[in-house]
Amino acid sequence: MSGANLLKESGPREVFCGLTSIVWLHRRMPDAFFLVVGSRTCAHLIQSAAGVMIFAEPRFGTAILEEKDLAGLADAHEELDRVVKDLLARRPEIRTLFLVGSCPSEVIKLDLGRVAERLNEALIGQVRVLNYSGSGIETTFTQGEDGALKALVPLMPKSDDQQLLIVGTLANSVEDRFISIFKRLGIKQISSLPPRQSTDLPSIGSGTKVLLAQPYLTETAKALKHLGAEILSAPFPLGVEGSILWMKEATKSFGINDSLVNSTLEPLKLRAIKALQPYKEKLSGKKLFLLPESQLELPLARFLHRECGMELIEVGTPYLNREMMKMELELLPEGTRVMEGQHVDKQLDRVREYKPDLVVCGMGLANPLEAEGISTKWSIELVFSPIHGIDQAADLAELFARPLHRNELLNQKVLTTA
Amino acid sequence: MELTLWTYEGPPHVGAMRIASSMKDVHYVLHAPQGDTYADLLFTMIERRGKRPPVTYTTFQARDLGGDTAELVKGHIREAVERFKPKTLLVGESCTAELIQDQPGSLAQGMDLKIPIVSLELPAYSKKENWGAAETFYQLVRGLLINQTKKNIEYNPTIWKDEGRRPKVNLLGPTLLGFRCRDDVLEIQKLLGAHGIDINVIAPLNASPEDILRLTSADLNICLYPEIAESVCSWLQRNYGIPFTKTVPIGVNATKDFLKEIYELLGMGNPISQTDVEPSKMPWYSKSVDSNYLTGKRVFIFGDGTHAIAAARIATEELGFKVVGLGTYSREMARPVRAAAKDLGLEALISNNYLEVEAAITESAPELVLGTQMERHSAKRLGIPCAVISTPIHVQDVPARYSPQMGWEGANVIFDDWVHPLMMGLEEHLIGMFRHDFEFVDGHQSHLGHQSIKQDLKSDLQSEKKLLDISNEQSANNEPVWTPEGKEELAKIPFFVRGKVRRNTEQYARQAGCRNIDSETLYDAKAHFHA
Repeated sequence: MSGANLLKESGPREVFCGLTSIVWLHRRMPDAFFLVVGSRTCAHLIQSAAGVMIFAEPRFGTAILEEKDLAGLADAHEELDRVVKDLLARRPEIRTLFLVGSCPSEVIKLDLGRVAERLNEALIGQVRVLNYSGSGIETTFTQGEDGALKALVPLMPKSDDQQLLIVGTLANSVEDRFISIFKRLGIKQISSLPPRQSTDLPSIGSGTKVLLAQPYLTETAKALKHLGAEILSAPFPLGVEGSILWMKEATKSFGINDSLVNSTLEPLKLRAIKALQPYKEKLSGKKLFLLPESQLELPLARFLHRECGMELIEVGTPYLNREMMKMELELLPEGTRVMEGQHVDKQLDRVREYKPDLVVCGMGLANPLEAEGISTKWSIELVFSPIHGIDQAADLAELFARPLHRNELLNQKVLTTA
Repeated sequence: MELTLWTYEGPPHVGAMRIASSMKDVHYVLHAPQGDTYADLLFTMIERRGKRPPVTYTTFQARDLGGDTAELVKGHIREAVERFKPKTLLVGESCTAELIQDQPGSLAQGMDLKIPIVSLELPAYSKKENWGAAETFYQLVRGLLINQTKKNIEYNPTIWKDEGRRPKVNLLGPTLLGFRCRDDVLEIQKLLGAHGIDINVIAPLNASPEDILRLTSADLNICLYPEIAESVCSWLQRNYGIPFTKTVPIGVNATKDFLKEIYELLGMGNPISQTDVEPSKMPWYSKSVDSNYLTGKRVFIFGDGTHAIAAARIATEELGFKVVGLGTYSREMARPVRAAAKDLGLEALISNNYLEVEAAITESAPELVLGTQMERHSAKRLGIPCAVISTPIHVQDVPARYSPQMGWEGANVIFDDWVHPLMMGLEEHLIGMFRHDFEFVDGHQSHLGHQSIKQDLKSDLQSEKKLLDISNEQSANNEPVWTPEGKEELAKIPFFVRGKVRRNTEQYARQAGCRNIDSETLYDAKAHFHA
């Protein structure tokens, strides 16, 4: 491990809980429904983060606990059965139902595993019912996806055939692109978790080599490893360098010869670096401060520093899994302040003290910082946009260059007569 | 347990946040798990506030639950008071903290903090956002005034005359995340100023705890938003004898009644017009011949109680619309909304389920929907024009321009906001009529969403296909069948009333025992329903 300066802080945190990941998971698997068992707060959180109103009927909802549900757990079970029955009658196209635990359901110890088991028996052949927790007391933002994918693992068919398994939700276009590059490189069998249809699960076994596309899948990776898969250790596929190292880790483990790899990837690399150039000019030398939220902070910091020349003031991360982030930490410059956890007020004090050119932060903090004259990029956009892969490196850099570019536009004088 | 896909109101602690964030020098320590901080974005993104809400979340995690969460709460309280130096501290909990029963309010009171502490108990599993805001405002006012000596309960409406000054009133109820509160407050200040009435305190919006202490020196309380302020107003009346207004000045008639009520309560006689110019353009615009086509427009109204009732009055009395549906998501306002609906010969829809509201809209086949942002989306799907009249707030409801709902200017804004979508409704009809002309550019943008004409055509074709399907179904069920000629006639009817006409005609045909519906049946039905 290099000399990244690993620090820890605790206090009031300004991060989403794991329920938020439903916002992209439900789009990835259109035959799945995510039913949060929680409070009005949970329902309000998801609709505030997701822009629910554009849907005629979204494929996620909340079974809101009421006073009588808290009085007796037996009734709560019965009530949940009723809600699920109503829901499935309304949405017969649903094939997989995720029961998602929340802070209140965890605190009252509502055993969603048991509920899922019971409902599975009742609904056999019609709908599969799974459960995981997206509660804020246990999970942060993207960790919700880890829970959902881990819940799918036991249902994956067993096969020891050689295959590459890409794990973590990617934009469909990005995923297609990776698959086509891997095929060109001679890897024949490639599948993804989560699949595009919840029932179309990839197989798992000793021939499976797993590439993690996202940095927040600790528990899923463990579960896959337990079923015989090999977890490849690579930086995450953000930026040109990260994407190439990531893909090369796969080709290495499949024994693909270097000349094919280099002749395939080299032109892509040159093209991507060229596309990156104008943004690099804009970002180079600028000071960057990342507040913790999506768990993508370390790979992003690595990309923005090494490929765009940004200076890292502080890299926040909600939690740090050193094993998972080993390669990322090694690629960070000596002495980079990596702050695990958060004390949001103290962190904002440091933002004001160091006066960065750009702060990556959540939506609650962006406008207040802008009002203080500090440019921001909201991190939630990063989990909705196709940013992974070599061909997306320039798009990714553009997301960070845009606020700076916008400031320039708003401060320029163009019309000489004015 | 209630299945909720979308909710009109947040939890009650978000209501408390609205009060805290509206005020100055107030801080709110909220015992809540990580994730509940999402609520900050309502203020910073939707309302575009350049300040963080003054809220410290304890953001406890599962590992804290094994230990001493009470100590954790106290630590956060101590730090928040030191850092933000509030003059009053609100302490409360969100849904999850309510279950672990740390009683943060009592903890804070035991800490010798030297500032007033207001402990909030907002039952998260039975109450909602507006109730939480009203309760917080009430507890805050009560908590700060509790030690003040009570005035003589005997209210003297003309004491301002005896004291040789202008009458002064409080404006109560405006908050952040409320509907156009920012501009309503300015408009009402302007209105009252023109009538020689001074403002004593505006609260909660921009009020400090010191301002709250001055509430009792007003001659009258103006209850601008009953959802938020009614409990405070009646407490002030009970304890200090200060009366409060019951009329909400939205619309020209309501504004006139509002002035009349204030004049009476303050012993000012009868309000006289300040100038010979009509203060609002709404009455003339509504009377001008261009507005003839507004006559009897069918309108469906849904929103919070205050805005829904006001809209029903304006629609019927000031624009000559026909209200075909009225409802609210606010259970606290169910009674007055039911009464208003009864006056209009309707049964009120009291529901927090937007799908139920959408079904009611479909059923009543209105030509205009006045609703929340959710009804705007439902109306868009149904192809019906819509104007937004109520919270829950959306970034579009915080316009850059001055845009009140209350008072004379509010009436002007309402005229424009409600009538423009309708004009466009007619425009849509013209587009439908002329779309086959070769000059017509494909992709012409309609205001109803960003559908191109191509899509409009497609959906038209679909509904025509549906019509055919329905006919086939009907013949199988021994139901009246549309003849090709009847269908052709039906297609000539503007799209926004076509569904209604179809239903009416079919109903008529059944009653009259017609097997086939041709153009004559359609005109027979038309005459029948006119009669």
